[in-house]
Amino acid sequence: MSEPLLGVVVSHAGVAQSLVAAVGAITGLGDALVAVSNEGCDPDALRERIAAAAGAGPAVLFVDLLGGSCLTSAVRLAQGRTDRAVVTGVNLAMLLEFVFHRDLDPAAAARRAAEAGGRAIQARVA
Amino acid sequence: MSIALYRVDDRLIHGQVVVGWGQPLNCERIVLVDDEVRASDWEQDLYRMGVPPHMEVVFVSVDEAVARLPGWEADPRTAIVLMGDLDTAAALCDRCPQVRRLNVGGIHHRAGRTERIRYVYLTDLEAARLRDIAAGGVTITAQDVPTAAPVPLERFA
Repeated sequence: MSEPLLGVVVSHAGVAQSLVAAVGAITGLGDALVAVSNEGCDPDALRERIAAAAGAGPAVLFVDLLGGSCLTSAVRLAQGRTDRAVVTGVNLAMLLEFVFHRDLDPAAAARRAAEAGGRAIQARVA
Repeated sequence: MSIALYRVDDRLIHGQVVVGWGQPLNCERIVLVDDEVRASDWEQDLYRMGVPPHMEVVFVSVDEAVARLPGWEADPRTAIVLMGDLDTAAALCDRCPQVRRLNVGGIHHRAGRTERIRYVYLTDLEAARLRDIAAGGVTITAQDVPTAAPVPLERFA
């Protein structure tokens, strides 16, 4: 895929904005991700917000929770499209993986990011 | 009281419902009343994703909800009845006189609506619709999460 993937981070309140800022602070990359909050909008308005953020190119939509308005709006946008993929449970580790692999197709990038995000979750107990 | 909450929320099943209300109410069943979702398998799968396994989710049309409401009320398991729009809420309140309280949990911004409180946006027609439902004997309050104070209808419609 010639055009680099865009990552759209969709969350409750300000989580997405903070995650995008953290990725920028760590990597110095400022154009790989955009943040969308569900604050104050109904599902149709949220879908429009995500669509506007994603633009016309290929994109991976990262949402905070498995379930809820962010997921349902993102999945409705991606339904039946190969240029969109959705990853749930967004975390910093998966976004860091994603921003360095934006040359993949959306499905491959989504799977790779989800695996990285999952590897980052561990319970370390005594 | 096995139906603990009748709620209008345009986001349907989401965190405020499952966690915010579901936990303190010990909710074991969510009844989602929506004709469109009832007819769509993939949308039902999507809404099920956000619900823990111990919580049953039932997808019904308005007609089915009217028929099954007495059964859910008699069931000892606590349920939340969820509707996504005022048409559905009005239909259920109109056809089920046992619905005496309605929680407005979220009706969000879209063209033509104005902000009444932070999480309730209404057109004038929708505000009148709510007042009509209340005139039929239903107590309507807005309350997004249980820890917030309920807002009486007069303050937002």
